[in-house]
Amino acid sequence: MGIVCPYSWDVPGGVQQHVGDLAETLMAMGHHVSVLAPVGDPDHPTPPHLVSAGRPVPVPYNGSVARVRFGPRTSARVRRWIAEGGFDLLHVHEPAAPSVSLLACWAADGPIVATFHTSNPRSRAMSATSTALRSALEKINARVAVSEAARRTLVEHVGGDAVLIPNGVSVRRFAHADPLPGWPGEGGSLGFLGRLDEPRKGLAVLLAAFVRLARHRPGLRLLVAGPGDPDLSGVPDDLRDRVVLVGRLDDVDKVRAYHSTDVFCAPNLGGESFGIVLTEAMAAGAAIVASDIPAFDAVLDGGAAGELFGVGDPDHLAARAAVLLDDPDRRTALSEAARTAVRAYDWGTVAADIAHVYETVLTGDGHGPVRPSRIRPESGTPIGPFPRGERP
Amino acid sequence: MAVILLILVLTGFYLSWRATRLDRLHHRVETARAALDAALLRRAAAVLDLVASDRLDPASATVLTAAANRARRADDDHRELAESALSVALRTTLAGHGGPTADPWRAEVLLAARGVHLARVFHNDAVSDTRRARRSRLVRVLRLAGTAALPDYFEMDDQVTVTARTRPRADPD
Repeated sequence: MGIVCPYSWDVPGGVQQHVGDLAETLMAMGHHVSVLAPVGDPDHPTPPHLVSAGRPVPVPYNGSVARVRFGPRTSARVRRWIAEGGFDLLHVHEPAAPSVSLLACWAADGPIVATFHTSNPRSRAMSATSTALRSALEKINARVAVSEAARRTLVEHVGGDAVLIPNGVSVRRFAHADPLPGWPGEGGSLGFLGRLDEPRKGLAVLLAAFVRLARHRPGLRLLVAGPGDPDLSGVPDDLRDRVVLVGRLDDVDKVRAYHSTDVFCAPNLGGESFGIVLTEAMAAGAAIVASDIPAFDAVLDGGAAGELFGVGDPDHLAARAAVLLDDPDRRTALSEAARTAVRAYDWGTVAADIAHVYETVLTGDGHGPVRPSRIRPESGTPIGPFPRGERP
Repeated sequence: MAVILLILVLTGFYLSWRATRLDRLHHRVETARAALDAALLRRAAAVLDLVASDRLDPASATVLTAAANRARRADDDHRELAESALSVALRTTLAGHGGPTADPWRAEVLLAARGVHLARVFHNDAVSDTRRARRSRLVRVLRLAGTAALPDYFEMDDQVTVTARTRPRADPD
């Protein structure tokens, strides 16, 4: 099958990660996979199954700057990739973004599966009022949303419906690691991972809770990992050196960070459509305290796989964390529960469900491999045989 | 004269494109419906296999056999009700064994039921796209849809497991 990723492959991001992990898992299951994505840096290491759609250009999309790729040359490249791939099925990601996914929908005739990642209630880009976008999205046989919020965004802006298949986490990659040097330490420790200067990640709530706890626990430390400049003005000077900032971590150290603290905290205030940080922490077997936003409540099985506290309430967070810090047996029990619950989100399970979607779409479709369409839908003009190779 | 001709040609292209789009939508509904029929048959067969494997209590076995057979034999007018009844029967007899299971017969029933849910969402999605396209005035006046019947949704209860989340809550979004 052919998988299309709209965003630049060499820039880290949720969609790219999802496509990469999905492709690898599908190949391990015996499928033949080709991934089409824009690649900005030609020296960036890419896997052999990746086909470049050209250099991306930065475009304001969906409230931030997306690195995408479009234009007539890209369109020709997409058509050639489809013609040469002989795919049973195309799986496009984020097809409403102005990039190669949308071009692939336009250019292809045959079974198409689409995954929607965006969960932005005010996404103007998603309101599919334009005929061009609508006619491309109409060709999709099966729509998948990665979260309930993403599904709702899709239903509100495009209509129709989608099945829910969550993001996967590579449990094996997070299961075992040594703690970072000097952690977790004797006096107990709390952990946080996420952007430090993004208020919705809730670091301020955790800092406030830490100040309350640290007064009575002289050895307690807080490990804070992630990019950005945090606002530490709420932390008194004498506690400042017990808040340890380790900055942005690479993939290996990130896994070690999940194994480095007694209690992992996810104090997010909202806006998380799924909670990938949480599933990673669960895969690492962390004892978790998380805010009770719907996404976390669902992933933690209503509190069975980790403690929940009232969102934005530092006192409640401090109380929950204190209980866990004092009770190693409870931590072990939660860790076990988390490792069990996260299996539902393992890529093995998730990719099998996605393969089930492929099977469903291919049942009753005796239509052969995906071909480039003869008619270019955006202009309505027949263009005859598909142009081989790129014209200068 | 040339201008009128050009307009006529362009209009022709536009209308044929609209008709192609409609045709493609109807094709999408047909294949989705075939997939849904296949998924429903697979589920009923999986249920009968589970009963035949002789690992259920006699009461559950009787209920499931009756529901699965009714679902398989139902005509189009009664199919949605019969399939929903099979879902309810499964929900009662499997009583929340929604998690991973080591029993291959039970696993096949759960997998087939998931397939029904997937196929039904894709089918109804295709139906709603088609019905929306056919609401357009141009399509109605020029009868671009030809003689194709307006497709109908397939409405049924397709949940067979009791979810672990028992606390319904208002969504703040």
